[in-house]
Amino acid sequence: MIEMLQTLVMWDSWPTVLQTLVVIMLKIVAIIAPLMVAVAYLTYAERKIIGYMQVRIGPNRVGPRGWLQPIADAVKLMFKEIVIPSGADKKVFLIAPVLAMAPALAMWAVIPFNDTLVLADINASLLYVLAIGSMGVYGIILAGWASNSKYAFLGAMRSAAQMVSYEIAMGFALVGVLMAAGSLNLGEIVRAQQGEWGLFSWYWLPLLPLLGVYFISGLAETNRAPFDLAEGESEIVAGFHVDYSGTTFAVFFMAEYANMIIIGVLSSLLFLGGWLSPFQGWTDSWLGEPSLFWLAAKTSFFLFLFLWFRATFPRYRYDQLMRLGWKVFIPLTIVWLVLIGAAIMAGLEPWFGKA
Amino acid sequence: MSFEQILFYVFAAILVFSASMVISVRNSVHAILFLVLAFFTSAALWLMLEAEFLAITLVLVYVGAVMVLFLFVVMMLDIKTATMREGFARYLPVGIIVALLTVAVMALAVGQRHFGLEQMPAPIPHGADYSNTRELGLLLYTTYVYPFEIAAVILLVAIVAAIALTLRQRGSSKSQNVPDQVAVRRNDRVRLVQMDAEKRK
Repeated sequence: MIEMLQTLVMWDSWPTVLQTLVVIMLKIVAIIAPLMVAVAYLTYAERKIIGYMQVRIGPNRVGPRGWLQPIADAVKLMFKEIVIPSGADKKVFLIAPVLAMAPALAMWAVIPFNDTLVLADINASLLYVLAIGSMGVYGIILAGWASNSKYAFLGAMRSAAQMVSYEIAMGFALVGVLMAAGSLNLGEIVRAQQGEWGLFSWYWLPLLPLLGVYFISGLAETNRAPFDLAEGESEIVAGFHVDYSGTTFAVFFMAEYANMIIIGVLSSLLFLGGWLSPFQGWTDSWLGEPSLFWLAAKTSFFLFLFLWFRATFPRYRYDQLMRLGWKVFIPLTIVWLVLIGAAIMAGLEPWFGKA
Repeated sequence: MSFEQILFYVFAAILVFSASMVISVRNSVHAILFLVLAFFTSAALWLMLEAEFLAITLVLVYVGAVMVLFLFVVMMLDIKTATMREGFARYLPVGIIVALLTVAVMALAVGQRHFGLEQMPAPIPHGADYSNTRELGLLLYTTYVYPFEIAAVILLVAIVAAIALTLRQRGSSKSQNVPDQVAVRRNDRVRLVQMDAEKRK
């Protein structure tokens, strides 16, 4: 079919630059389109799971078992009026949602889905992820400032301080992973976790504290409960997006969920062996083969943790949040880095023996 | 003109434009946003020079952390733009002279004579498996290990000094005592009382 299409549009007669551009664009669509579907159904899963945890049913009216609910929500938000507050800085107000969404999508460029399936296989992809991820805060700060509202501004201030603080702990956790794997390339990191011990040769075991620090910092970076002080419905109404409506609000919402999925994927790639199978060598069926299925399963597990935490923990107080980030996580990661260094020098099997 | 050259001129134009907007725009938050754009485009230029590690670090450190703190401070300032622009015309000639002098000095120092293609030929592009990060790390931790470590210690001293200079305990300020809060047990706060149901009258 692809060959037929190629002859139909006279593919060979196109200039090379155009050919490359079209191929890259198609790859981007192939990543973004499933991502958007995943975002939509993550919101549905959230409402269902939290619903069952609170002994109620959750959305069940639109479509069979409420499966069309996210689509109904999207249509509703698209047809709502976009209200721009009279005192708002109009340009910044409209750019802010874009700045929140763009990093969440740009990070997918370097995420490997299996051994060969990756859009841009750059050798410093972990660093790239960290750098692009640190830009997500601009959308939130600018939204809060441009709305010209006290509540929104307070939300933006909280979010800025929180994200800058937790980025450090997150960075240190990533340093541990790159020390263990000896590479900044996400694909290499996954390949370094391959071993005959199956799921015990992954990095979650030797780097368990770092996995905890990384995931909790990820909760804080995505402004999810129990670190959702930037929204804080009970104190500052809805924080930074209190003045946003319709599509502009929907973009913030999608950015938050896309960031959650990114954190889930990265946690599985860095600590749970990405696409590697936990039963490798134990069974001959497809369950023992490394595949995209395992990456999706591990990511879903982390996303479930996101929702579970939201239903379980009360919101942190601001000084507790800062204390946890600066006085608990950062010292913990530094101590663990020293321990990993010693383990690597000693060539501790099975994780660090190869280098 | 090759594709790289077109890219270079596009990024350079955006860089010069955003840099001049930083100093000419009225709103200070907008100025910071243009500064962010300037950092970003210069990171793109560094990428084209095959300095991937430095380019990504520029985005990570300056765009991701330093400029966020700048925004944090500037958004809370109450700047009167009218008073800030006072004397703009008066200082303009001096400013222009200084700017021209700087450009002239830079043209003399880094112009064709010292940094032309004869003196500094373009380096041979490295293959796809060449890791910029690895080479940089090897250099920093072998040849330049002492300067690198000394710089790190100086930064550490600066952090400690900054905290020591600004940290003060005011008697009047109220704050939580975290160890006390952590040490609290359920029995200190909650008392369960067993009561018999009262008879309906």
